[in-house]
Amino acid sequence: MTSIRTILAATTACAVALGASAFAQNIQINGAGATFPNPIYSKWFDEYNKLHPTIRINYQSVGSGAGIQQITRQTVFFGATDGPMTNDQLLAAPGKVFHFPTVLGAVVPVYNIPNVRAELKFNGQLLADVFLGKITKWNDPAIAKLNAGVMLPATDITVVHRSDGSGTTYIWVDYLAKVSPEWKKRVGVGASPNWPIGIGGKGNEGVAGLVTQTPGSIGYVELIYALQNKISYGPVQNMTGEFVKGSVESVTAAAAGAVAKMPADFRVSITNAEGKGVYPISSFTWLLLYENPKDKAQAKAMVDFMKWALSDGQKFAPALGYAPVPDGVVKLELAQLAKIKV
Amino acid sequence: MRKKGGDLGFRVATGLFGLVLIAIVGAIAFELSRQSLPTIEKFGFSFWRTQTWDPIAGEFGALPFIWGTLYSSILALLIATPIALGIAIFIVELAPDRLQRPLVFLTELLAAIPSIVYGLWGVFVLVPAVRWLEMSMPDTLRQLPFFSGPRPGVGMLAAALILAIMVIPFTSSVAREVLKSVPPAQREGAYALGATRLEAIRAALFYARTGILGAVMLGFGRALGETMAVTMVIGNDPKVTWSLFAPQYTMASVLANEFSEAADPLHVSALVEIGLVLFTITLVVNLLSRLLIWSMARSARGPAAGAADPEVAAA
Repeated sequence: MTSIRTILAATTACAVALGASAFAQNIQINGAGATFPNPIYSKWFDEYNKLHPTIRINYQSVGSGAGIQQITRQTVFFGATDGPMTNDQLLAAPGKVFHFPTVLGAVVPVYNIPNVRAELKFNGQLLADVFLGKITKWNDPAIAKLNAGVMLPATDITVVHRSDGSGTTYIWVDYLAKVSPEWKKRVGVGASPNWPIGIGGKGNEGVAGLVTQTPGSIGYVELIYALQNKISYGPVQNMTGEFVKGSVESVTAAAAGAVAKMPADFRVSITNAEGKGVYPISSFTWLLLYENPKDKAQAKAMVDFMKWALSDGQKFAPALGYAPVPDGVVKLELAQLAKIKV
Repeated sequence: MRKKGGDLGFRVATGLFGLVLIAIVGAIAFELSRQSLPTIEKFGFSFWRTQTWDPIAGEFGALPFIWGTLYSSILALLIATPIALGIAIFIVELAPDRLQRPLVFLTELLAAIPSIVYGLWGVFVLVPAVRWLEMSMPDTLRQLPFFSGPRPGVGMLAAALILAIMVIPFTSSVAREVLKSVPPAQREGAYALGATRLEAIRAALFYARTGILGAVMLGFGRALGETMAVTMVIGNDPKVTWSLFAPQYTMASVLANEFSEAADPLHVSALVEIGLVLFTITLVVNLLSRLLIWSMARSARGPAAGAADPEVAAA
């Protein structure tokens, strides 16, 4: 009896809620793009919907490339990408596109060497040479030099990289290209590079799986992934010479250093950034909006949402393994947000 | 009159459905060709024969993917066909009634497992096993081109094995149905001539050979297009090599891996052209198997058809 009453009550409540929402001005906004920020975006859209029940934001995490394509074709209201749009891509869009850094992420080196318990230290040159196939043994002098006191075996190094095109890869190779001229010349920067050596795993879980299984392997995964799955990873030497582990704090430090030199369009790479306590393999992830969107109701709602995401929304970031955008950058972003014609 | 009208309506309706099929295939071919025009114009036939795949530099050659797809599928076929036929023969000809039903159920269960589950199983069970096999391979054998190079576990061998497991239920189910449909007179005739059980089964197999070939080709088609499980275990390295231990790459895998993040129009076009190549190869494989089946069927209907199976006759 009670259960029937509960069901009845619930149904009535639903009907009332449906009726109420049908009368209010419902706004639905669609976006698509990067998979990397999907957890925080989903959280934001969900939380924002609780605060503003009439606004529903849908996000398809189809990948940065697809996100750029879809906003260029205007099939979605906003896009999202882990690598900033190129000049050619911006020219291909039918209107002016703004980049908004939303949160920061980092990529960390993970490795599996049998019988080595100590935490291995890396620097950019070393990582580049390993991924170029120039350093092939774990007891190579270049590794031993950084890790004095660690007994390194003469095991072959197996390089593991992402097989799917990915923003994680973009950040990783963007860093390698900055620290190694040879990498820049031979491989370059992109989401799907032509890897000189190594095996490809699909997704963070694919790379992590291969690394944990393969003795003597080294790979790279997103910081969030390493934190959530408790995978141990090594510190990387930054511009000031410190060995820094990837963490929410060291990533925000990298962004804070970028405030002074922030270009007006926010298309900036902060890998290998200068400053104390900076983790060098860090990056913004961007949300893409047109300066003059067609649908003004959606534009207004989206601008309001962005203001919330850059202020109150930022507090959800650390729990999900992202670093919040530093205040200096938020201030600049709010100025750009005001330029959007609503 | 009324009856004739109904016939006509039925004929037109089914004819239209038939046309839908042609239209779909035509539309796929058209759209794939249209979207791959930029790379067709830029690279022409060299797309099929060059080996560099560098989206950053804008250089695209599909040979490693074509190689990987054909190599893994043929290997899978070599492993799967004898096992699948063995299962089919055992179920139809030899298994006691009690065992038949569970065996049929199990093969069909294998076919129903989603490929991502095969992939996960591959990553956690098959790949470590393959790695162990690779590590314990004696050095003398490692001199052979098939076993050379690094031994990461993921690679062609793991891909071929997982494909074989995925193909077995398809080939064996069709082969089983084909064997079941062999008229009892065939086997009875063989027994009447004093054939042993093995010889009678051989006679039935010979009678059903076109159908069995069809079953094998169905498995091949499935292997060519399989994506997720292969992507997870093949290592995704575009290299043309005979080595079974080396990581390689297939056409379906590169599409699954790179399409969503491809932003450069030339990269997208190159990926679509890979789709076109895969479509063409599948078409050619199907055509060839059709031709083979036709020619076998024709020779079976020829003068020799009346005579008994030579093998049985010899016995």
